[in-house]
Amino acid sequence: MQSKKVHEKLGREKLHRIIETCKSVEERSLDPFLLNVSENISTVKEYFPEWKIPEDLCLDAETLHHIASVVKLQSEWVKHRSTSLYTDPFLLEEKLRRMEKEEIARTFLEAWHPLIEWEQISLHSLSEAIRYWNSLVPLNERWKEKPPTEVGSGLATREELVRERILRDKAFSEELESFWHELRNVVAEKGKNGKIRYWDFIGAESYGETVDRAFMTSFLITYGYATLEIYPLEEEMFVVPYEKPVVKTSQKQLVSIPISVSAGDWQKWRRGELA
Amino acid sequence: MSKRKATYASKLKRATHMLFFKRHTKPGVKGWELRKALGSDYPKVLRIVDDYLKALDLEVKTVFEEGKQVEKPTLEQLDKARFYVALRGGLVPKEAKMIGWRIDDFAGLAMAIGYIISKKGKASREDVEELLRNKLPGWKVGLNVDRYIRYGYLTEDEGGQLYLDWRTRAEVDQKALIDLLLGAETQT
Repeated sequence: MQSKKVHEKLGREKLHRIIETCKSVEERSLDPFLLNVSENISTVKEYFPEWKIPEDLCLDAETLHHIASVVKLQSEWVKHRSTSLYTDPFLLEEKLRRMEKEEIARTFLEAWHPLIEWEQISLHSLSEAIRYWNSLVPLNERWKEKPPTEVGSGLATREELVRERILRDKAFSEELESFWHELRNVVAEKGKNGKIRYWDFIGAESYGETVDRAFMTSFLITYGYATLEIYPLEEEMFVVPYEKPVVKTSQKQLVSIPISVSAGDWQKWRRGELA
Repeated sequence: MSKRKATYASKLKRATHMLFFKRHTKPGVKGWELRKALGSDYPKVLRIVDDYLKALDLEVKTVFEEGKQVEKPTLEQLDKARFYVALRGGLVPKEAKMIGWRIDDFAGLAMAIGYIISKKGKASREDVEELLRNKLPGWKVGLNVDRYIRYGYLTEDEGGQLYLDWRTRAEVDQKALIDLLLGAETQT
């Protein structure tokens, strides 16, 4: 057992070494033929039956990937050597070191065909520039420091806070009760079998109001004033009001149901495309 | 003037404007832009422009994607290629001075390009700078390499490796440069 573990450890170390060698060939542009591919493949093969856990299998795959990259570099190296551009880098480097810089520059000029490009303003862009210039506010006006605006403190009335939607008009429980009564009335008027389609209840004239109604409906359901009936196959959802608020016991696992009330859904409902 | 001639005369003008005036950050124009402006016979229009430019020692240069050399390009390859106007012949050192570069700058660029070509198109900036330090003052080497990068002759990746960039592919006859560098040595 001990020797198996040692064998596996040794295998991992060998694979890491292969990866490091491949990486240095890839990153430092070393001669890719420095790597003995067949020998490394044999090492990978030798240890492959030992690998059981995903980490080891990933290491094996990574090693193969790096060996494949070096093989690709070898292929490119052969291709480059066969092209007319191939020059022994040491030979060229040596020649560049020995040549005078004037000579190098002269040589370069023979192989250099600079591009010609013109940059010239046109009448159109000139008139655009003048128009922009004329409409530009002078710097001293643009950078003028504005005096800090004075903010006076004062008292806000309750009505103002309600108008700003910081406070609600009624206490939340009161509001929830009246919303429950509204649900029961709507179900009595428009509903069928004591229930109403979810969107027909929450849908309102504006999207904001619809979201507000969906928010209140979620509390009706959470606090036991109503329940949801969902028919996934028919993609239908109903709100069913209770006659009396039901106190939910913890015998049954309570579930949360996310319902999307997006602006797109609201528009669809308005067009009668959403149940 | 016949209608056909008039059409071509107008296409020639349009092609010349597009080729000469820099419209994007890089000079030149893509094949598909020429096709859109001149029609599918734009290669023919370019050939005529090239004929006119010959007398001025200029040429319409085609640079294919990734700097590949293509003998008989397809329309698709031409659409993806970039077309420039370049000097047809070479410059003499006296003329080169008009460009605003010193002889050192040309020598440094030639060394960097030659070295990168010999290293299969990729060399570490460290190695290139070390080579340039042989001929240029140390303080100038880094600045010059940055300048070559800024002008589009070289490009650098995050790992500090230098590659040849679009301007080298467009302006430098790489094979001729290597042959000349190797040939020049034998003469000394």
